[in-house]
Amino acid sequence: MTIDSVQPRREGALPPHRVVLNARSMPAYAYGHRSPIWWGTVGFAAAEGMGFALAIGAYFYLVFINGNWPLSAPPPDLFWSGLFTIVMLASAWPNSLAKRNGEREDLVRSRRDLVIMSLVGLVLLGIRVMEFTGLHVRWDQNAYGSILWVLLGLHTLHLVTDLGDTIVLTVLMFTRHGHGKRFSDVGDNAFYWYFVIASWVPIYLIIYWFPRWW
Amino acid sequence: MTQAITAHERDAVPEVTRLATGERGGAPGITSEADRPPDPQELRDDQVDGPELTARLAKTWGTEKGLIGALSTVDHKVIGRRFIVTAIIFLFLGGLSAVVMRLQLAQPENNLVGPDLYNQLFTMHGVTMMFLFGVPIGEAFAVYLVPLMVGTRNIGFPRLNAFSYYVYLFGGLMIWVAFMRNIGPDVGWFAYVPLSGPEFSPGKRADVWAQMITFTEVSGIAIAISTVVTAFKLRAPGMTLDRIPLFVWAELVNSFVIIFALPAVVTASAFLLMDRLIGTHIFNPAEGGDALLYQHLFWFFGHPEVYIIFLPATGWVSAIVVTFARRQVFGYIPLVLSLIATGFLSFGLWVHHMFTTGLPQLGASFFTASSMLIAIPNGIQIFCWIATLWDGRPVFRAPLLFVIGFFFIFVAGGLSGIMLASVPLDTQVHDTFFVVAHFHYVLIGGNVFPLIGAIYYWFPKFTGRMMSERLGKWHFGLAFIGFNVAFFPMHITGLMGMPRRVYTYMPEMGWANLNMISTIGAVLFFGSFLLFLHNIVASARRGALAGPNPWNAGTLEWAAASPPMPQNFDRIPVVTNREPLWAHRDTLPVVAGLSVENREQIVSTVTAGRADLRETTPEPSIWPFLTAIATTILFIGSMFTPWAFVWGTPPLALALIGWFWPKPSTEDEK
Amino acid sequence: MKRLVPLLLIVTLALAGCQGWQSALDAHGPAAHTLANMFWIFVAVLGTVWFLTMAALLLALRRRRPVDADPLVTDPGTEKRMTMTISVAIGLTLVTVITFTGLSYAAQKVLYSHKDGALTLLVTGQQWWWEVTYEDEQPSRVFTTANEIHIPVGEPVLIKLEASDVIHSFWIPNLTGKMDAIPGRQNQIQIQADRPGLYRGQCAEFCGLQHAHMGIVVIADTREDFERWRDHQVSSAIAPNDPERQRGMEIFLSRPCIMCHQVRGTDAGGKVAPDLTHVGSRRTIGAGTLTTTRGNIAAWIVDPHGVKPGVNMPTIQLEPDEVQPLASYLEGLK
Repeated sequence: MTIDSVQPRREGALPPHRVVLNARSMPAYAYGHRSPIWWGTVGFAAAEGMGFALAIGAYFYLVFINGNWPLSAPPPDLFWSGLFTIVMLASAWPNSLAKRNGEREDLVRSRRDLVIMSLVGLVLLGIRVMEFTGLHVRWDQNAYGSILWVLLGLHTLHLVTDLGDTIVLTVLMFTRHGHGKRFSDVGDNAFYWYFVIASWVPIYLIIYWFPRWW
Repeated sequence: MTQAITAHERDAVPEVTRLATGERGGAPGITSEADRPPDPQELRDDQVDGPELTARLAKTWGTEKGLIGALSTVDHKVIGRRFIVTAIIFLFLGGLSAVVMRLQLAQPENNLVGPDLYNQLFTMHGVTMMFLFGVPIGEAFAVYLVPLMVGTRNIGFPRLNAFSYYVYLFGGLMIWVAFMRNIGPDVGWFAYVPLSGPEFSPGKRADVWAQMITFTEVSGIAIAISTVVTAFKLRAPGMTLDRIPLFVWAELVNSFVIIFALPAVVTASAFLLMDRLIGTHIFNPAEGGDALLYQHLFWFFGHPEVYIIFLPATGWVSAIVVTFARRQVFGYIPLVLSLIATGFLSFGLWVHHMFTTGLPQLGASFFTASSMLIAIPNGIQIFCWIATLWDGRPVFRAPLLFVIGFFFIFVAGGLSGIMLASVPLDTQVHDTFFVVAHFHYVLIGGNVFPLIGAIYYWFPKFTGRMMSERLGKWHFGLAFIGFNVAFFPMHITGLMGMPRRVYTYMPEMGWANLNMISTIGAVLFFGSFLLFLHNIVASARRGALAGPNPWNAGTLEWAAASPPMPQNFDRIPVVTNREPLWAHRDTLPVVAGLSVENREQIVSTVTAGRADLRETTPEPSIWPFLTAIATTILFIGSMFTPWAFVWGTPPLALALIGWFWPKPSTEDEK
Repeated sequence: MKRLVPLLLIVTLALAGCQGWQSALDAHGPAAHTLANMFWIFVAVLGTVWFLTMAALLLALRRRRPVDADPLVTDPGTEKRMTMTISVAIGLTLVTVITFTGLSYAAQKVLYSHKDGALTLLVTGQQWWWEVTYEDEQPSRVFTTANEIHIPVGEPVLIKLEASDVIHSFWIPNLTGKMDAIPGRQNQIQIQADRPGLYRGQCAEFCGLQHAHMGIVVIADTREDFERWRDHQVSSAIAPNDPERQRGMEIFLSRPCIMCHQVRGTDAGGKVAPDLTHVGSRRTIGAGTLTTTRGNIAAWIVDPHGVKPGVNMPTIQLEPDEVQPLASYLEGLK
């Protein structure tokens, strides 16, 4: 469009400046809510949390429409899902260490914590694969099967995303880039992992326990 | 360096402790790299001044020449300009499809287009206007103007912003190319199941619709988050919550509505795609699913969507009313609270699109009450603007004319909305041309008229040149008359029983005259846009030079050059008033001490707007563009095979790693 | 001047809207009367609100005031007066909104309070026609027809709404508001006509290619006329007695027509398309697309897709001399 073709041009005077503040002594980055990235992470967690909430809403809507639940299938198995839940909840501890050591800008410990978190993520992914085998229903069998796979799939997507992020960050911390603002990224990555944990709890209860209580 | 503060009270700059936090970056007791003093070799803007500072900053913040440079740019103004132009091109395409529909309906049993093409046309019209124009245009203005108005140098996440634009562009191109190749969606912009489901829409048409949703919503959510972070964290020092320009407030509330509403339509379209492509049964009543679930999900997004389109327009109206009334806004706090209330209420109205589906009665009437209640915040806004004009000294220029047109049209549309909020009345007018008339009054009145006003208003800022005022007045007259001639009769056509989305009607129905009038109006209205286009093109070439502040307005974007330099401001302003340029007419209070060689900007606190950090913001990068390409391949591939997720993910992951991997030269940037 | 344009349109066109055979404002039943009255109340009040608001705007724009004041300086007295005025305006808005909500709820109660009717119909929306089944306690008096509903005048008639494929919406504007027909669900609506007459309606929810041609008529008759009509509809088709129509019947029964259509009293027992037992007695064919004449029936049979593009009826290969007998057979199914 022609808008692009217009040359920048300066006519008329801009008001002269009067310096009232100097930024030289301000820090170059900070942690938590002082950092824009943290707010961005919160924003994405909010949008994705809304996605979870809507999928859960759809689940209960289908329960309400049908009355009997879980339609014709037996409830899903508890073993692998239970193990997954235990490991998931337990991962909050190394995750909190990663966050703390990141904020202390302790490179050695941060590297160790990130390796642990990457391994934890891989283990969880393995358990998740096993979990899918114990659902006793296919996604194309009925609406119950569909929404079940949707919920579990949605959480798996977040698990995989954060695992990928963690692995890349781990590698990054072992390169010469592992200093300064990267430590702030370690904290934000840990924050997102908390979201993955927190979103699992309701989904676990809904997928595995709700059909038994209904 | 600091000059003496003038005695005039409103010019007074508060002491430094209220403008900056003075806090350290690292955790207590830790020697953090964040607190290292800046490199003494690095040139800072307290060491250089005038044209030299401008030129050096322009080099640091500039966009490289050439194609790679153009695709790598992260400048919010360049991206914002592309965004606005693209959205307006889609507005013209959507308008063109409307004109074809109007010509078909001009007389009964017309044979200009058949039912298949007609159904594609109204689907493309709705999809284009809602997803490719309505949502993006508000966000596009936010991308361009919010950083300028809050007094910073770039948007919160510049690379994410660039990525979002490309994803939006590719999504829009995909659906229009599909339409050109006769596989355009034909199930309406709302794509209700089961009509859009696997059984009744074989082929790829409905998939094109659903995947276009994914494109535009990914883009929309990402920009909304960038906008929120810009408005929260990148405000100029001193810009407390009650000094944020109303336009920025509107975009901020709008972004929150987007973040919470768009996931609903993504959920709906993802479920639809799964039902269509991998055989799930979420909407299939035969296997325990339900068709109305789709409607609930869709309208949980669909009603907030109306406010996503309207809220940015309130920002345009506020900005124009204040500038052309030559008075600071009356009722700033009520206006902000109204925006927030509108944002919240917009999530409590969706069922009024489903009054005829046989829902429980008491539930339905709850939604009558909530739908009518939204008249309160909207009423407050309208009254406050009128009061501002009442006590001001209005200057009748083109932007204000379009805002006056907005009042006439939007208020009428809002009032007919009260009728639709009533369950019993809705049973008569729902899905008729009455509704078509209503929401065009709301959306064209509430978005397009303010938008045109906004373009006349900010065009000098975007291009450095004024638009023709004479053509602007003709444009307004033609648009106002054309619009009303086109859409007012539709109220009557609808009451006379004409349903929406019919490709023809029979002569004995008695709708022919009204439809002919509507068509004439539509052609006039479209003609007004051609005049607009001519004005834009001619003014961009030969318009009078604008200067930084041609309207003598009060907000910070007018403290930048026209068009703004890549760095926006040579130094970040300090804000002491809602209308900083009205408060400080002689000199602009500013912050110094930022790097001239690196892309540094001020990060401030959310509520008090106190300067906290001097953080670097990302350099240009080709990776967001490549990521958008990889995303497009994945999305389009997944319409044809679920395996696209397997082979489409590695390129996407690689592109993302490229995006986030730090460049060797600039360690600190992300 | 410009604001006179909508004003003039209101005056001239609103009057036109009161008439018309599918008009919501031309009420011929108690529900439609309630809705039309309510509509006019809303128009009156909301129209007044619009005029007052625009008057305020115009006054604000035309007001004389001192020039060249500081835009940041405001007069506390003026601010206070404006606050008061706006508060009153918002208070009035709230009162209006609450009143309207109450009014709306009351009308909703009336609209959905289904009285026990003498007659219950099952109407099934299909792409793109309406199947109408008259329910009865005696199974032998249950019958099915299409696209035309007969009702006795002055009596409430309950209609159960279903859909066999996609969502449709049943709407007879002269009698009452619309109600959706949704697959997997059943909705109910009640219609009642004040006086004998013919009331047209059409599908109001977009349902695919021929959404535009999915009409239905409601014919309100006196009770006696209605009973006579019903007794006739219950009966099977009368076999033709002239040679041309007999030939037409043979053609009909030997072609794929019978795969989809039913003519009670013959071997034709298809259930997916409209029941043709008394098609000749109906006013239109193709769901309100053409009036029922021999010529139109012939045109429809020869080229259904020319008349109604996308319709589910296939084009049947017929010899040129077969069309006329078939059309007259069908037209004679009174």
